[in-house]
Amino acid sequence: MSGDVGLQILLTVAAGLVGVGLFGALSQQSIVMVMMGLELVLNGVLLAAGAAWYFIAPDLPDGQMLAVMALVVMAVEMAMGFAVTVAIYRARQVDMVDAARDLRG
Amino acid sequence: MVTDLSGWAVTAVAVLGVCSVACGIAVFVVDSMARATFALLASFLAVAGVLLVLDLVYLAVVTALMMTIEMAIMAVFMIMFMMNPAGLMPMTMVHNARGSAVAGAGVFGVLVGGIWTIDWPVRRGAVPVDATRQLGEAIMGSHMLVMLVTGVGLFATILAGTVLATARGRYDRFGADLTGAKPDDPIPGGLPR
Repeated sequence: MSGDVGLQILLTVAAGLVGVGLFGALSQQSIVMVMMGLELVLNGVLLAAGAAWYFIAPDLPDGQMLAVMALVVMAVEMAMGFAVTVAIYRARQVDMVDAARDLRG
Repeated sequence: MVTDLSGWAVTAVAVLGVCSVACGIAVFVVDSMARATFALLASFLAVAGVLLVLDLVYLAVVTALMMTIEMAIMAVFMIMFMMNPAGLMPMTMVHNARGSAVAGAGVFGVLVGGIWTIDWPVRRGAVPVDATRQLGEAIMGSHMLVMLVTGVGLFATILAGTVLATARGRYDRFGADLTGAKPDDPIPGGLPR
């Protein structure tokens, strides 16, 4: 894999993860499955950050910092997602996004 | 300056990249919630493998360990909240599947179009001998503000998650104006304020 197209190939894989994750986040009815779709999107961001660091500017830590941020966002998203899932299930026994339609702003 | 991945590294990146996307697709195809969780874990592990090949050892290990634990917790939540966690019967829980597929494919197409038409900058510098050291020095030096903000955000997440997940707060126990003399608990004996 040459350095010229290696970045593009890895970014294409990352774009695939983002596309699949977006499909899941938009299409799934289960709250937990929506969270899994968002995790896939962040997985793509993580891969893209690592690839950008390696193929563009490995002498700078910025790409690694972006990857760390993606990991942190994943952790925050999971923690808040589970907390919201517990709260809404406890309040009205809802585990599907369609059943919480009245929360839409 | 070496910009090439060669030999086994190319094969590993190709296989792991295909695995990551295939497992990502499997998340929304399999019937079982538990299988979906472990398919997502496999996708994360494949990306961790790619990071390992790219000399990002620390990030790869963190990704693998964090996601393994996270998916184990998610599997527990699946069994707690979702019907059909074992996939004993076919299951489809989607809405607006066609529109979602168009949105996902559209975003993928736009991203790929940009990726293959942008004139990417020439690589500058070489991969450091120890990428983990580079990250550590950045966290404790030039990028410390990022980590400070991240730390505050994680702390806020801990507090918010605890508040959201708490079954009964002080307003449930002592009334909306918090003037109750004794807590209104389902089982008496709770501590007063």
